[in-house]
Amino acid sequence: METLEQIKLRIESALPLTKLDILPNECPAGERSLVVDASRGLDVAKFLRDDAQLKLDYCSNVTGIDWPEAKIKTKVKKKVVVEGVEKEVEETIETLRSGHLEVVYHLYSMELKHGPIVLRMRTANRTDQTHLPSLTPVWRGAEFQEREIYDLYGVIFDGHPDLRRILMWDEFVGFPMRRDYVAPDDFEYEPTPHDEVLVEAKKHYPVEVKAEVKPEVKA
Amino acid sequence: MPPKSFEVKPKLDESGSSIGELLEISMGPHHPSTHGVFRMDVVLDGEKVVKLKPVCGYLHRNHEKIGENISYLASMPYTDRLDYFCSMTNNWAYALTIEKLAGLAVPERAEYIRVIMAELTRLQNHTSLIGFFVHDMGALGTPLMYAFREREKILDLFEEVSGARMMCNYMRFGGVRVDVNDEWLARTKQLVANYGRFLDEFETFLNENEILLARTQGVSPLTKEQAINASLTGPLLRAAGVNYDVRKVDKYGIYSRFDFKVPLGEHGDLYDRYMMRVLEMRESIKILNQALRDIPGGPVMDPKAKLRGFRPKPGEVYGRIESPKGELGFYIISDGGPNPYRYRVRPPSFINITILEDMCLGHRVADVIVILGSVDIVLGEVDR
Repeated sequence: METLEQIKLRIESALPLTKLDILPNECPAGERSLVVDASRGLDVAKFLRDDAQLKLDYCSNVTGIDWPEAKIKTKVKKKVVVEGVEKEVEETIETLRSGHLEVVYHLYSMELKHGPIVLRMRTANRTDQTHLPSLTPVWRGAEFQEREIYDLYGVIFDGHPDLRRILMWDEFVGFPMRRDYVAPDDFEYEPTPHDEVLVEAKKHYPVEVKAEVKPEVKA
Repeated sequence: MPPKSFEVKPKLDESGSSIGELLEISMGPHHPSTHGVFRMDVVLDGEKVVKLKPVCGYLHRNHEKIGENISYLASMPYTDRLDYFCSMTNNWAYALTIEKLAGLAVPERAEYIRVIMAELTRLQNHTSLIGFFVHDMGALGTPLMYAFREREKILDLFEEVSGARMMCNYMRFGGVRVDVNDEWLARTKQLVANYGRFLDEFETFLNENEILLARTQGVSPLTKEQAINASLTGPLLRAAGVNYDVRKVDKYGIYSRFDFKVPLGEHGDLYDRYMMRVLEMRESIKILNQALRDIPGGPVMDPKAKLRGFRPKPGEVYGRIESPKGELGFYIISDGGPNPYRYRVRPPSFINITILEDMCLGHRVADVIVILGSVDIVLGEVDR
């Protein structure tokens, strides 16, 4: 199979206005991945499937990743001249990573038996701009997996034929796989007159819950 | 809202006027034929299926979130609970992924033991699947008991070596937990030698059975293109005639050393899916015979592998194996900490039911049960 750089060049020449990035991977057997701009995702996916040299007809794995806003510390070695002697000093650089959700597709070719090509798309942020194009029209196998990502991460896939919750129940609020998700103490909470429970419940339910007062039974 | 057990809806023609009635029924979640807690919303026109929506999640415990909050090693027993029929292959898939992530080597003997365990798992999974499959068709009891008799013999072997019948928790990063002894190997050889005779018996009963032929041939055929596009894997994919077996494609472990074939179907119908399982078991017996013949001595754990306080370098990896149900993959992102940053399971049975609706459309409601049986789902894996 071609290298990822060649594939990147071919995609960029075949589809104008498309800009791809290659994400490095430090792990020994690691596959690097192609980061695609969300607006061009569908075109790139169609290209990868239909191209005669790639024929990535099999979308094996689709998954979401949550990257909350974080400060990332990277250590950089720097040469500094101290009192006329050159020394190597480690310096820590802090960069701010903006929060986003990421969807990863692992693509293989069943016909040519090669792969994987890892395709990634990122949302703009984690709150209101969480739309990504659905690749279910290209690979039907992504249907349930994209539904699962919608269910657990809250990525909204435009063009998905049937975007509903799949593992959690329909009335569920929140996205449990996000890293800042706090599970309520009791998913099936009902007001009870016990003080401890009411205090606990205040953390999760902003609306004040009034305890039912049972009429005292006169002896 | 709790599901209604049934509902009658008007059947409309193109102009919108009523020309009859459609019946919407909820099959499951508590029904023996759904192989667990699984529900299908089926809309029927007479006996014909016109719409089917699978509903899952009743066993959901967010396996992936648990995996992100515990150490790498602590996830190993949890993987047993994914597909609780095949805990050995689940262990292997996870161990293989972490070995790929951290660059660990596996000793020769451990590789052989892994192959033996995986193929025994395939034997018992396919055997009991065929039992369930004919059970779903109405052959109540007897074939399933025959299958379970054989399965129990294999589970006894698992119990002897790992301490548990089903939740084996046997493999580790860089090898397996305990070595097997010669007596165990001799007993396994004995079992494998007798297994062919059991299969002969099973096949004599079933292969040309009139009811099985009538219920399976030509039902729910799948084309190659459909199967590939829907990411089907395992026997289901090969029944449609696509030659794709991760054991052959990736040659993970030491599978390149064994001589075995990948059986392929022609029509992708239920009969082909049944035959795929039988033929795969024959191939598994071949692999087992070779592995039991060639197994070398030596250690079963990489001495460099560190289990406690295991912290792989940052990076990400996708590892996959051919589990009895299809391609089982793990996708791990490490940030250098003691827990994985992202822990994802690619469950074959969950993805194989993506086109359950297409498989069932136009068939009768009684076929839905058999079609679902042929997909071979385990709800521990579907719902995670």
